[in-house]
Amino acid sequence: MNNRAIYVDRISKQYRIGHGKSAQYTTLRDQVSGVIQRYARHVWRIGRENDGESLSSQEEHIWAVRDISFEVMRGEVVGIIGPNGAGKSTLLKILTRITEPTQGRVAIFGKVGSLLEVGTGFHKELTGRENVYLNGAILGMKKVEINRKFEEIVSFSEFEKFIDTPMKYYSSGMQVRLAFSVAAHMEPDILLIDEVLAVGDAAFQRKCLNKMEEVGNEGRTVIFVSHHMPSIVRLCERTILLGQGQIVRDGPTHQVVGEYLHKALGTTPTRNWKDPQNAPSSDIVRLRSMAIKNSFGQVVDTVDIREMVAVELGYEVMRPGYVLYPGFTIHNEEEIWLFASLETNPEWLRKPRPVGYFVSTGWIPGNFLAEGTMFVGASIRTEDPQRLHFYEREAASFQVIENPGGLSARIDHPGQFPGVVRPLLQWETTYYSPGQTPP
Amino acid sequence: MKRATETTEEIPIDSLTVVQMGGVYIEPSVGWTSLRLRELWKYRELLYFLTWRDVKVRYKQTALGAAWAIIQPFLTMVVFSFFFGRLAGMDSEGIPYPIFNYAALLPWTYFSQSLTTASNSLVGSAHLITKVYFPRLVIPVSGVLSGLVDFIIAFFVLIGMMLFYHIKPGWGVLMLPLFLLLALVTALGVGLWLSALNVQYRDVRYVIPFLTQVWLFATPVVYSSSLLEQPWLTLYGLNPMVGVVEGFRWALLSTDPPKGMIFISLLVSMAILFSGAYYFRRIERGFADVI
Repeated sequence: MNNRAIYVDRISKQYRIGHGKSAQYTTLRDQVSGVIQRYARHVWRIGRENDGESLSSQEEHIWAVRDISFEVMRGEVVGIIGPNGAGKSTLLKILTRITEPTQGRVAIFGKVGSLLEVGTGFHKELTGRENVYLNGAILGMKKVEINRKFEEIVSFSEFEKFIDTPMKYYSSGMQVRLAFSVAAHMEPDILLIDEVLAVGDAAFQRKCLNKMEEVGNEGRTVIFVSHHMPSIVRLCERTILLGQGQIVRDGPTHQVVGEYLHKALGTTPTRNWKDPQNAPSSDIVRLRSMAIKNSFGQVVDTVDIREMVAVELGYEVMRPGYVLYPGFTIHNEEEIWLFASLETNPEWLRKPRPVGYFVSTGWIPGNFLAEGTMFVGASIRTEDPQRLHFYEREAASFQVIENPGGLSARIDHPGQFPGVVRPLLQWETTYYSPGQTPP
Repeated sequence: MKRATETTEEIPIDSLTVVQMGGVYIEPSVGWTSLRLRELWKYRELLYFLTWRDVKVRYKQTALGAAWAIIQPFLTMVVFSFFFGRLAGMDSEGIPYPIFNYAALLPWTYFSQSLTTASNSLVGSAHLITKVYFPRLVIPVSGVLSGLVDFIIAFFVLIGMMLFYHIKPGWGVLMLPLFLLLALVTALGVGLWLSALNVQYRDVRYVIPFLTQVWLFATPVVYSSSLLEQPWLTLYGLNPMVGVVEGFRWALLSTDPPKGMIFISLLVSMAILFSGAYYFRRIERGFADVI
C-alpha cells in the first residue's frame, strides 16, 4: 500500500516579469500606450541585438519557486508559511494544477480538493441556493453530491432564511460564511487550502477551524498555506517554512513557527524607538524601549518555562502632574489574551509623575505561562482624564520552552499538553493501603 | 499522524503508474498536447452549471430581460428591411424581404454573439482561472452554448413571421439543427482562437466588433448570394456562415438549396475548430500566469 499522498520532486517555477503581467489592458488609452511601448521596446530590442546582445537577456526572469522537494504522507496536516513572495502561493498553484511548473514533477495520490479562495465563482445576481450549486460545481462536486449535502451546507452557514435571496443583498461576511460552508463539505482525500480563514467573524472562524480539524482527524491529507500563525499551530503538526522560493525549514510546527516569527517577522525580545517621531506616544508620555529579560537581567528571546521573565518598559514623561498607569498585555500565537498587568509599585502608585525617563519592570512568575510564542503589548493609561495614551500591540515577543524531564507541569510527558497557561500546582495525595477504607 | 520518515514501499513515480493509481501527475508540458477530451467529459456538470449561470445572469439586471433576445434581431430586421429592402430594393429571391432577412439574421445573431461571448469568456473568467483548476475549454464552450437559449427565443418570432407571410417550410426544415450546429462549430472554433489570443493580447477585444461587422457583409444576410458570380462564389465557400445562412433560407423558405460549397464550409469550420482547440490547449498552460 502506498502511504504517500503528495510527492514533490524538485519543482521550480519561473516567471517572466515586465512582459506577462503588464499586458493587462483595461482602457483604450492603456491599450494604445501599451502598443506604443511594446513597439518601442521591440525597436529598442532590435537595436540592442545589433549591438550583439541576445534578446532573452533583455527579459527579466524570476524564480518564484526553486528546486522544492518534499513528501506528504496520507493523513498528515502540513502547514506552509513564509513571508510575502516566498513562493507559498505559487507552490500551491502548482499543486492545484492552476499553473504548470517550469521544471520538476509532482505526483498526487487521491482526489484533490482545493480552496484558494472562498466563494470562487459566486455571482451576486444569483440566489444563495443557486450559488451553492455553482460554487460546488466549480470546486469539483457532483450535482448529486451537492443535493445530498445541501441541507447540511445551509445549516452550517446558519443562513436558512436567506438562501433564496440574491447574493447581492448579502453582506460580504455572509457571503464568506456561505462559501466556506460549501467548501467545508467537499470530501477530497487531499485538501489544499490558502489563507481562506483571514475573513469572517471570530466565532465563525473558530467553527471553520474546528471543521477543518475534523477534516484532518478523518485521515485526510491537508496542506494549509497561511499567514495566520494561530491556525497553523492549531491545525498542523508539521510546517514547511519557505523563503525566496526555497524550503528554509521543514519540521515540527512549534519550532518552525518560532523561527519564522523571530527571524522573518522581526518581532524581537527587545525594541528601541530611537526616533521619537515614530514612537508610540501622546503629548504626555512616550514609549522609548521594550525588553524581555531573564532573572540575570539578560535580554532573552527564549526562556525556560520554570524561570521568571521580566517585561521592561522604558518611557518618557513629557508633561508633569499626571497619574500614569503603565502596563502590558500578553497574548499567544492563537491570539488568546492571557492577561494584562498594570504597574503597582507603591512608590508611584496613584502618584502624579514629574517630567523624566522611567523604566518599569513587571515580573511574570516561572511555571505560569504555557510553552509557545508570547506577544507582549505595551500601554500607558491615565484615569484622569480617562485616556489610553498608546497601545503597541505586539511590541515584543519571546518563546517559552518546556523540556520534559524537569519539574514543570508536563513532568515527563513529551507530547501535546493542553492549556493556555501551565501552572505548577500544589498537589496532595493520600495513600490508603488495601486494608484501609477510604473516607 | 505519520511522518515522512516512516518506511514507504517504493513505487515508481511516473506518469503512467500515478495515473493508473487514480492520482494526478504534474510535469511541464512541452509543445502540442492532446485535447484531453475525456477530462472535459468528466467536467460536463461544470459546463452545465456555467452555461446555466450565463443564461440566468445575462438579462437579470436589464429592465426588459429576456425580451432582448427578440428585440435585437427583430429591430435589426426592421432597419435592414427599410434600408436594403425598401430603399435599395435588394433582390430577395421572390420572398418578402423582412422574412428573407430575418431567417438569416437568426443564425447570424447567434453566431456573432456566441463568437463575441466566447472570445471574451476567458478574460472575463480570470477570477476562476487563477483560483481553481478545471479544463479551461469549458469556459468558451459554455459561452457558445448559452447563446442557444436566445436563439430559441428569437426563433418564436420567426414562426410568427412565417404564419404572417403564409410560408410553409419544406422537409428541409429537419436539416435546420445541422446548419445551427455548423454555426456553433464555427463560432466555437473562431472563439477558441480569439479567446486564447485575447488572454495574451488584449488588442483582440477591439478587433472582435470589427471582425463581426466585416463578416456580416461577407455573409449573405442583407442580400442574396445569387447576386454573386464566379470566381467570388468559390471564395465565398470558405466562409462557413454562407452555408449556414443559405441552409437556413433553404430549410425555412424553400429557396435554392446550398450548393456543393457547403462541404467546403464544413471542412473549413472543422479546420478552424480543431486548430483552435489545439492552439487553445497549447496556450492554456500559461493562462493563469498571464491573465
